[in-house]
Amino acid sequence: MGDVINTCGDENWFYSETVKDHFFNPRNFLKTENPPEDFQGFGVYGSPACGDEMKVWIKVDPESKKIVDYLWKTFGCASAIAAASICSEMCLENSGLTIDEAVKITPQMIIERLGGLPPRKIHCSVLCDKALQNAVRDYLSRG
Amino acid sequence: MEKFVYLDHAATSPLDPRVFRVMQPWLTEKFGNPSSFHSPGKEAKDAIEAARLDISKILSCRAEEIIFTSGGTESDNLAILGFARANSGFGKHIVVSAIEHHAVLEAVVQLEKEGFEATRVLPNSDGVIDPESVKAAVRPDTILISVMLANNEVGIIQPVSEIGNWLQKKRGEKQYPVFHSDACQAAGALDLSIEKLHVDMLTINGSKIYGPKGVGALYARKGIRLQPLQFGGAQERGIRPGTENVAAIIGLAAALALAQKEKDQESARLVMLRDKLIKGVLETIPKTKLNGHQSERLPNNANISFLDIEGEALMLYLDAKGIFVSTGSACTSASLDPSHVILALGKTPEEAHGAMRFTLGRSTTSADIDYVLEVLPPLVAKLREISSVKL
Repeated sequence: MGDVINTCGDENWFYSETVKDHFFNPRNFLKTENPPEDFQGFGVYGSPACGDEMKVWIKVDPESKKIVDYLWKTFGCASAIAAASICSEMCLENSGLTIDEAVKITPQMIIERLGGLPPRKIHCSVLCDKALQNAVRDYLSRG
Repeated sequence: MEKFVYLDHAATSPLDPRVFRVMQPWLTEKFGNPSSFHSPGKEAKDAIEAARLDISKILSCRAEEIIFTSGGTESDNLAILGFARANSGFGKHIVVSAIEHHAVLEAVVQLEKEGFEATRVLPNSDGVIDPESVKAAVRPDTILISVMLANNEVGIIQPVSEIGNWLQKKRGEKQYPVFHSDACQAAGALDLSIEKLHVDMLTINGSKIYGPKGVGALYARKGIRLQPLQFGGAQERGIRPGTENVAAIIGLAAALALAQKEKDQESARLVMLRDKLIKGVLETIPKTKLNGHQSERLPNNANISFLDIEGEALMLYLDAKGIFVSTGSACTSASLDPSHVILALGKTPEEAHGAMRFTLGRSTTSADIDYVLEVLPPLVAKLREISSVKL
């Protein structure tokens, strides 16, 4: 016997401990209006009208092409903030991902690191990988 | 001691211990089925009929005009679906306010699927439905109008009696359109007299007035034809079959009586606390806006938009400090759309995403408001520091 299906959607919305940790203690967000001048890549994704917006700034080592610093700001719900925070950690940990590696971060990888997200919240975490990809594109376009 | 500042009374209120005591025997030793012909059954039947009579006195209507249901949603559904389906031969047009509870709005969506047409009347920027807009929306084939007595998100009190009065005169000897109002949020603060409201149907429930959850009532004027939503026995004259929730019905009557008896005194107290909260927030936190009219609102409702912040984030930060509120927003609903009510007030989606609803109640003290006003500014500042938006 299959489960009874509610055609109106999944109601489960509680957050994992990891999500809560990053939501209450977000890492690497930009505390000022503008980032330091030596940041060479900026990406934005989403829109406040839709309820979520994500901005990412990156600093890349010209030799290794590794992300050596990463700052973000987000307008969004708890999972958007937590995803933004954990995505910054994923990029910076173990002496940093290369930009080639960073653009390969998928929403699934972020959600996994967060210990899962409520189904209806999955779109929120999609923002930071897209914003990051835009930041890498911006970095590359600046030559 | 851990803080517990519950400011979400529009979502639900705790059961009043006085109501609980009245209910208690009906959950244990007095367990009879009101449909049974033996003594325990008769005892239960008498008790729900006494509850019906008590409620009818408060509503100044006849006892047989009260139908007990499982709550506000069912009462709203019965009024909208039950009435429209039973009266579709006379017209298939419905007028509702755009800021009705989803229990009304989603029932209307269902009716549209069944071939009905609906006009949704927008409020003005204060959140008030202009009676003229309702009048303008009525067509010759309009069979039903539904405007809530007070809104659940912004607490704005609607000119129901003015609309009802106009409609009664316009209708004269005719039967249509009839007028329904959802009074779930208003029952603890406003007069529910049918004579004054001039409504044909009225929805109330227990869970917003310190009564039990899972019980409600629909007043339906004598002569109103309703198609049942469920089928079975002859309970509630067959309009709402199913064994009555005896204890809850008794609790609803007791809770309504207490709420109505204490409403003037409690409202005066809540207005002071509400205005202290609104004034405190608007004065100490920049970029905050009150949603809806300043005074034409329920005594316990403060709905405020915090710009540059998404409501759910602030709600959860407050939760961690022992303050329990709700967002008018977005992320807690399956659709992720911002509140239809805040948007209907002409606010921007950004303003709607940052809307927070504080609804005070009997347990709320002045010290609670002080605590909120102390805790809130740094939390807002922190989320604004994180935020990518600077409106």
